[in-house]
Amino acid sequence: MPEKTRIRPAIVELAITRAKEFVRESEALFWVFGFPLILALALGFAFREKPPDRVPVAVVAGPNAAQRLAALQKSPVLLPSIMSEQDARDALRRGKVSLLIEGADTVVFRFDATRPDAQSARREADDALQTAAGRRDVVVTREERVHEQGARYIDFLIPGLLGMNLMGTGMWSMGFTIANARMKKLLKRLVATPMRKTDFLLAQFLSRLIWLLIEVTVLVVFGWLVFGVRVNGSILLLAILCIIGGFSFSGIGLLTASRARTIEAVSGLMNLIMMPMWLCSGVFFSYERFPDSVKPIIRLLPLTLLNDALRAVINDAAGLTQIAPKLALLAAWGLITFMIGLKVFRWQ
Amino acid sequence: MPDVIACRNLRKYFADVKAVDGLDLSVASGECFGLLGPNGAGKTTTIEILEGLTKPDSGDVEILGLDWRSHDRELRERIGISLQETQLTEKLTVFETVRLFRSFYRDGYDPEELLRDLSLDEKRNARVGKLSGGQRQRLGVACALVGNPDVLFLDEPTTGLDPQSRLQLWDIVQRFRVKGGTVLLTTHYMEEAQRLCDRVAIVDHGHLIALGTPAELIAKLEARNVIEFTSEPPLSQSVVTAIDACAGASAHKGGWLLRVHSLAEAVPQLIAAVEQEGAKLVSLSTHEASLEDLFVSLTGRELRDA
Ligand SMILES: Nc1ncnc2c1ncn2[C@@H]1O[C@H](COP(=O)(O)OP(=O)(O)O)[C@@H](O)[C@H]1O
Ligand SMILES: [Mg+2]
Repeated sequence: MPEKTRIRPAIVELAITRAKEFVRESEALFWVFGFPLILALALGFAFREKPPDRVPVAVVAGPNAAQRLAALQKSPVLLPSIMSEQDARDALRRGKVSLLIEGADTVVFRFDATRPDAQSARREADDALQTAAGRRDVVVTREERVHEQGARYIDFLIPGLLGMNLMGTGMWSMGFTIANARMKKLLKRLVATPMRKTDFLLAQFLSRLIWLLIEVTVLVVFGWLVFGVRVNGSILLLAILCIIGGFSFSGIGLLTASRARTIEAVSGLMNLIMMPMWLCSGVFFSYERFPDSVKPIIRLLPLTLLNDALRAVINDAAGLTQIAPKLALLAAWGLITFMIGLKVFRWQ
Repeated sequence: MPDVIACRNLRKYFADVKAVDGLDLSVASGECFGLLGPNGAGKTTTIEILEGLTKPDSGDVEILGLDWRSHDRELRERIGISLQETQLTEKLTVFETVRLFRSFYRDGYDPEELLRDLSLDEKRNARVGKLSGGQRQRLGVACALVGNPDVLFLDEPTTGLDPQSRLQLWDIVQRFRVKGGTVLLTTHYMEEAQRLCDRVAIVDHGHLIALGTPAELIAKLEARNVIEFTSEPPLSQSVVTAIDACAGASAHKGGWLLRVHSLAEAVPQLIAAVEQEGAKLVSLSTHEASLEDLFVSLTGRELRDA
């Protein structure tokens, strides 16, 4: 007589089967793990540190051309070349060069003042020519460039990607599963059993938790190994933050999918909710550039709260007390949306 | 013995469709009761109201003497349901699915044992998405049975199945009944109702049009056999009904269905009538009267393609 199957509590069974289902879904695995890594890799390399590009400038052929070329070549940021007048003007018009240097005795700079690199090229060229002609600097100056660990673009980007990923996978896994189960009448079949409805919804979140921790680990370790992005704060605090963030977006995902009858309707709603946060919540660039009037609203968006807190912990080694208000607000987002979602949920 | 399933004056309208229009039913303990009717008759709406999944516009429902509004959870523990169209999670295996459903109930069957009983043990580790229609339907019934219910509700359990799968499912229902279970099933196969059910309710447009044991219902036809024939040119209604042995006639596919007591009397009379009209028989066949014929005689339409 074979042994009887051990029956675990419904919430555990629901969470385990949901997690298994997810592993067996190869597309979902890609979106959760592959996509953010590819994005981090692409953006990380696109914005890696390198000497600033030299700005091409044209010296119009003439008696002083060779002398001017020699002077300009001393500048580390200019890339001068001699061109006939016609070629030089064409090149300027097409944007191939940013600045045109002509004139017989008086040096004439010709450029489009609306181009930022033209302005700086003009100043550089002026400096180079003046110095070559014997000008002496009155004040001694020195440059110091910022590329300390913690202040590079990739240091800004990795926490942003982490936040974005937590939002995306949290909302999609909740929204997609629920809409799909509703469409296939699986939800209806489940409520035809004595299963507790909260068990089902909490189990969705529990199974997410396992994946969330793996997902965060993969991205953080990747950022550290490939780009040297270090977690300066406490790892435990980072984990807690990610769990609360994940819960928050699961709640929002649940609310989004609580009534929609089709996958398409859910997709549309999800994008509508996530799009403003992709743009405003400081994933790829800081929201400090937005007008002061909207910043208070942006700061209350769940993804902004999460991204700010992630950057505080990862980059600035912030402690619990510093991010506590953001954590509380984030948890409130999750709790309130979860409760409303449960209330208005359509099971059939 | 009180009824296990009882409803009175059930009504459910969807906009202008009267899906269920004043239905009274009662099913006794241990009985297998069939709701028979064409597509759109209101079978699914009725069974889902009885299952506590749909709220009726009006009417009373009692299952095991209890009301859905006050005893939802207890009733859920004691009934098993297979919906007309549920797609169980394709990425899970058969065993994982049954074990999941088992976890919802306080007590019930061991999943392994149940799979053996339903001859699904060979497919224990197969993904649900890879099952045949018959295996899927059996898995659906396994999920309905796993909580060891007193009452089983099956909505079109064999629609679209091959004959062998159908027989397997009938066998499962029979074994559930041997253990004292009560069954309510819907079907649009009259053969299924005849073979499986103690009593049958024939419904059409949300109304009950006939109720009784299969034998009682067929007796209502007052005919044991049915002749199906076509002729060239077709016979008129008056000629057909004038045949002595004919208890009733319905137009059918350009010809007629004649309900008759005795084939030995009716066939010669029919051939004589055809000759007298100067017509020629194109086809003629006969079968024993069935619930299908009762439905035709009651509604003038056929069950299958109504
Ligand atoms: N949710 C609904 N909304 C609108 N009409 C419905 C709905 N459910 C069923 N109906 C209509 O009610 C009638 C009965 O349907 P149903 O109970 O599914 O019949 P059956 O199961 O006998 O085929 C049909 O005309 C069907 O179109
Ligand atoms: Mg139906």
